Amino acid sequence: MLWLLFFLVTAIRADLCQPDAENAFKVRLSIRTALGDKAYAWDRNEEYLFKAMVAFSMRKVPNRETTEISHVLLCNVTQRVSFWFVVTDPSRNHTLPAVEVQSAIRMNRNRINNAFFLNDQTLEFLRIPPTFAPPTDPSVPIWIIIFGVIFCIVLVATMLLILSGIRQHRRVKILHCPFQASAVNNQCHFGKNKGPSEMEDTEDKCENVITIENGIPCDPLDMKGGHINDAFVTEDERLTPL
Amino acid sequence: MEKTRPLWATPLQFVFACISYAVGLGNVWRFPYLCQMYGGGSFLVPYVVMLVVEGMPLLYLELAVGQRMRQGSIGAWRTVSPYLSGVGVASVLVSFFLCTYYNVINAWAFWYLFHSFQDPLPWSVCPLNGNRTGYVEECEKASSTQYFWYRKTLNISPSIQESGAVQWEPALCLVLAWLVVYLCILRGTASTGKVVYFTALLPYCVLIIYLVRGLTLHGATNGLAYMFTPKMEQLANPKAWINAATQIFFSLGLGFGSLIAFASYNEPSNNCQKHAIIVSIINSSTSIFASIVTFSIYGFKATFNYESCLNKVILLLTNSFDLEDGFLTANNLEQVKDYLASAYPSKYSEVFPQIRNCSLESELETVSCRQNLDLLHPHASQGPLTLPMRKGNLRGLVCLTNCAIGMVFTMEAGSYWFDIFNDYAATLSLLLIVLVETVAMCYLYGLSRFESELKAMTGRALNWYWKAMWGGVSPLLIISLFIFYLSDYIITGTLRYQAWDAAQGQLVTKDYPPHALAVIGLLVASSTMCIPLGALGTLITRCLRRGDTAPVA
Repeated sequence: MLWLLFFLVTAIRADLCQPDAENAFKVRLSIRTALGDKAYAWDRNEEYLFKAMVAFSMRKVPNRETTEISHVLLCNVTQRVSFWFVVTDPSRNHTLPAVEVQSAIRMNRNRINNAFFLNDQTLEFLRIPPTFAPPTDPSVPIWIIIFGVIFCIVLVATMLLILSGIRQHRRVKILHCPFQASAVNNQCHFGKNKGPSEMEDTEDKCENVITIENGIPCDPLDMKGGHINDAFVTEDERLTPL
Repeated sequence: MEKTRPLWATPLQFVFACISYAVGLGNVWRFPYLCQMYGGGSFLVPYVVMLVVEGMPLLYLELAVGQRMRQGSIGAWRTVSPYLSGVGVASVLVSFFLCTYYNVINAWAFWYLFHSFQDPLPWSVCPLNGNRTGYVEECEKASSTQYFWYRKTLNISPSIQESGAVQWEPALCLVLAWLVVYLCILRGTASTGKVVYFTALLPYCVLIIYLVRGLTLHGATNGLAYMFTPKMEQLANPKAWINAATQIFFSLGLGFGSLIAFASYNEPSNNCQKHAIIVSIINSSTSIFASIVTFSIYGFKATFNYESCLNKVILLLTNSFDLEDGFLTANNLEQVKDYLASAYPSKYSEVFPQIRNCSLESELETVSCRQNLDLLHPHASQGPLTLPMRKGNLRGLVCLTNCAIGMVFTMEAGSYWFDIFNDYAATLSLLLIVLVETVAMCYLYGLSRFESELKAMTGRALNWYWKAMWGGVSPLLIISLFIFYLSDYIITGTLRYQAWDAAQGQLVTKDYPPHALAVIGLLVASSTMCIPLGALGTLITRCLRRGDTAPVA
């Protein structure tokens, strides 16, 4: 009689844990993928640990603090390693609703993973999606900071160049009298600009004619190659009629 | 007395300017793609032939014209013949189009640069979805790099009709890019002369860094082997020769007027023949060097994709049949598949549709084909220099205008408009411009006259080889390229483009709507029509003037 009862109980318990049973979840482990050479073998002790972790997770749920390791049933363990599990109530006749088990596992997923040295991809609970850590969003996106720095540098450099060009342009308007002109060097080489500094040393300042002698200061903003020395060429002669 | 022109401080600056102008994205992307598609190592044969027959002569011609006329593009062609003023204007117009859309690439480069200062890199991980249970769906279907490009950078719309709004982040980067360009050209040759040291040498530094990194990547040798294995039968394919000619032509940046402008800042006695040969050889060598870099990286990517594919298949089989973890490897995959097919036929037939056939060859093809961007090369920064500007204010105005127009490319559909400009703004027009240039110099201006002037200027006689090329071979080549392009456009009928489908996570082909076709037509027509219109305008003004003076005479 007792044997019959025992078989009955075992049979009922076996019925509770079946692949695709109600409230049952499939678990899949990829130990060798995760650990390589340091992979451990999956045996009864590891199963005991798993049951303990699930029971621990369930005990954190309100009203389920009395969950024991024996309430967690494992079945269909394959060499994959994969198996199904259910959690029964203290009477061992019914399984706990899937929603409760799901939320319990999700809350403690990190602890369960760490117990087995695995992660969300190598210890899979099918139908229980993992929760990812929230991304760390800084208040100001980093790229804007760097953009701001480079933008300011370029802006400052542009302003400096423009201002120095304007200043040079104003200095160029300082004039020389034509009779001081010597051999006019018609070509204007950038980088050999020595005009403006010489200009400022002279005392004579004629009013109307804009002439420069040797060392033609090339006004870079103007792109003019040089200035015509009107002492030698008058305006009309410059353009030969067609 | 002539009005003098600023000069380069040293001839080296001129060479560097030409090199930094010619070496660009096309050397890095387009050449490797063409190379592996038309026979790998054997593509070098048509490439070198076209370089010698087409590239060097045309480059020398442009430099010689610029150095002789000592004016920019518009002035130079007006001097050759008043009827050719349209050629210069066409060059300037094409340059303008190019400037407008090309600087957007710099903006994108800045965008990626600014986002590189984070760990992990934003394009290496997928962002999480709303309830943090997984990754964003679009990112899962595509890859994290594609997701970052299409969604975060471009925020691309599903088709060209849906323009969307201007994205402020790329717009900011575009403003910065134009500011940098303005800074570089602010002082004319004074500043540009210094800048070209940087712009010419920096790509090589970067390429060397990439070379060292690329060759140390896992799977790099697969890519190199794939690319350089010669497929001799491609030599008989006319498309290989046509593409080699096109690549050389566009790679050197002929027809934009920039080369004429650069050469016009030379001393008259400058040996531009030597410089032309040097620049074209350096440009082609850079292409070949860059293809080593590019294909070692492609090889790595393809090997990575191939191994991921294999791992996915292994995981699928392991999970479906509950095999022991780690039992299935790449080596025994085929035998185990056969065994499973025979032992569990029903279950295997369920799983079979999901199993992909992984092949390294197909991954290599996918990886290199996806980069089929038809990019032209001249730097946007050199463009504004060709425009006839005397004042720095005008340069600023040009930069501002281009920046404003460039905002179109920062809209959600901006990438599609970019592709339109990229494919159609310059291709036909440049061919026509260079053809007219060559024919004009040889037959209108006179080859013998030009030859004697060059000899007087530089002191060296013109080699018969150049005369033969300018007079006969190069114009014929350009005409055949022109005919090929026209027939290609006509045969393909409606023009189509690749649109990004967010739901599928991949590109789909769509037809251009009528207004896009109108824009394409306008782009091509506006620059090509400048040439006949310029000639017509000069004819009319001459007739009018003759009509005015006739009663007096």
